Amino acid sequence: MKKIFRYFKSMALLELLRGMKLTFSHMFKPKFTIRFPEERTPVSNRFRGVHALRRYPNGEERCIACKLCEAVCPALAITIESELRDDGTRRTTKYEIDLFKCIYCGFCEESCPVDSIVETNFHQYHMENASERIITKEQLLAMGDRMEEQISKDRRKDAAYR
Amino acid sequence: MSEIQTYSMNFGPQHPAAHGVLRLVLEMDGETIVHADPHIGLLHRGTEKLAESKPYNQSIGYMDRLDYVSMMCNEHAYVLAIEELLGLEIPLRAKYIRTMFDEITRIMNHLMWVGTHGLDLGAMTLFLYAFRERELLIDCYEAVSGSRMHATYYRPGGVYRDLPEQMAKFKQTKWTKGKDLTRLNEWRQGSLLDYLEAFTDDFLDRVDDYETLLTDNRIWKQRTVGIGVVSPERALQLGFTGPMLRGSGIAWDLRKKQPYAAYDKVKFSVPVGKTGDCYDRYLVRIEEMRQSNSIIQQCVKWLRANPGHVNSPDHKVTAPPRELMKDDMEAMIHHFKLFSEGYCIPAGETYAAIEHPKGEFGCYLVSDGANKPFRVHLRAPGFAHLAAMQEMVEGHMLADVVAVIGTQDIVFGEIDR
Repeated sequence: MKKIFRYFKSMALLELLRGMKLTFSHMFKPKFTIRFPEERTPVSNRFRGVHALRRYPNGEERCIACKLCEAVCPALAITIESELRDDGTRRTTKYEIDLFKCIYCGFCEESCPVDSIVETNFHQYHMENASERIITKEQLLAMGDRMEEQISKDRRKDAAYR
Repeated sequence: MSEIQTYSMNFGPQHPAAHGVLRLVLEMDGETIVHADPHIGLLHRGTEKLAESKPYNQSIGYMDRLDYVSMMCNEHAYVLAIEELLGLEIPLRAKYIRTMFDEITRIMNHLMWVGTHGLDLGAMTLFLYAFRERELLIDCYEAVSGSRMHATYYRPGGVYRDLPEQMAKFKQTKWTKGKDLTRLNEWRQGSLLDYLEAFTDDFLDRVDDYETLLTDNRIWKQRTVGIGVVSPERALQLGFTGPMLRGSGIAWDLRKKQPYAAYDKVKFSVPVGKTGDCYDRYLVRIEEMRQSNSIIQQCVKWLRANPGHVNSPDHKVTAPPRELMKDDMEAMIHHFKLFSEGYCIPAGETYAAIEHPKGEFGCYLVSDGANKPFRVHLRAPGFAHLAAMQEMVEGHMLADVVAVIGTQDIVFGEIDR
């Protein structure tokens, strides 16, 4: 008797129908996906994207060429050269990051004693040839100028945790 | 005409079912496997050697990239080894955070596994559902560490930063507004813990959905029942760990046998299989997701009630708080010392192992007293499992090789290292 029952149950394709009911019910549920280029998924304020160098509000660049980020970088992606400026302060003459080497671990930002090098929440960038992977000091500073509002907003939110 | 002999066939390394860069040289008799010979090394990046040339902390990021579907668990083994050699005690809150993220990682890994395993065997829809939930957990990774995959979140002495009080929210657009926006942001109103609570409340139903699609499905059963059977004795001899061993019916779980982090303070059970075939291992992993879900719930409850520090106060090993660093000379020196030279570990050796989603992931660390490890060896569970490939597929059909690769949960980042 049990055998016959099982036979009919199997012939009725019950488990397949149950599965199809589940997938069909998703036709009437709200979609999980978003319309990508126009809509974005939320980005955390701790996000580690492409780098930027910041300035003080008076326009002076923060970086004092202590080279701590260069020392801590696990991938050796940062290259810094520095010299004394006319006013007697030490500044970088070269600050380059190789984006192909960088592993976006965030150690440079963590180590920076003057909050100069940061990893912004910007992650959709591209380059058209391989030599553009090295971003220079000017590019980094320009990135910082462009995104300063967002950068400081994100850092302020996280200040209590640092 | 001479009789047809066995012939050899190349499977991978670019085969979509080969899970990365597995190259199998199969000796075939018709469609039956006579011999399977896995070739590895195509993803070798020299992580172990690389770690010898940098201060201890700098290698944490490379541990993420070993098994790149369960990132934080790899870090855990590495930082645990460092802490053991240092004799460092970490705050209880950090232990609970680690426990919680280990379990989040386990669910992420198993979701990835059930999705791709299903996809390999012809169940397309499940892949989409599993990735939907995985996406929600990846947001937790991002919220705490700032990175969606390669977190670098665990640090010797604790974790990078405490859990955030706010989650990032969806913004209003032309298409998403009003009710839709409220629905999308419903879980994201509170802190990360609120978000996780909402997730765990919902997740058991999702697991039931996966089971509806697979567990009784006749096609799924035909592809997995009785495939790749490993007896309990043989599983032990082959050095299996994790769900592969538990699928064969041996209740071995490092979280129970030698509890680390806060695993001795949470309640969970260890599911075991009976026959040791692909289907049993599937059931074990599904049940593990439910158990992980309950562990996360317990951790959320504890973490809510017990705020506090997440880092050891020993600033030779952990970075001093930002404000202290700017005011206090001593802290400033610690900061510079930590990020340039790192810290030295007393000479000695240790082996720290954790229950990784795939099995026992261990880190064998030898220190000669310098600020860099003398030797790091990583024990990858997938390596032992892959070594049993020949035994598991012999006599099966070609299509079953795919099922066995899937059930072993092979990830090449950890095997090739």
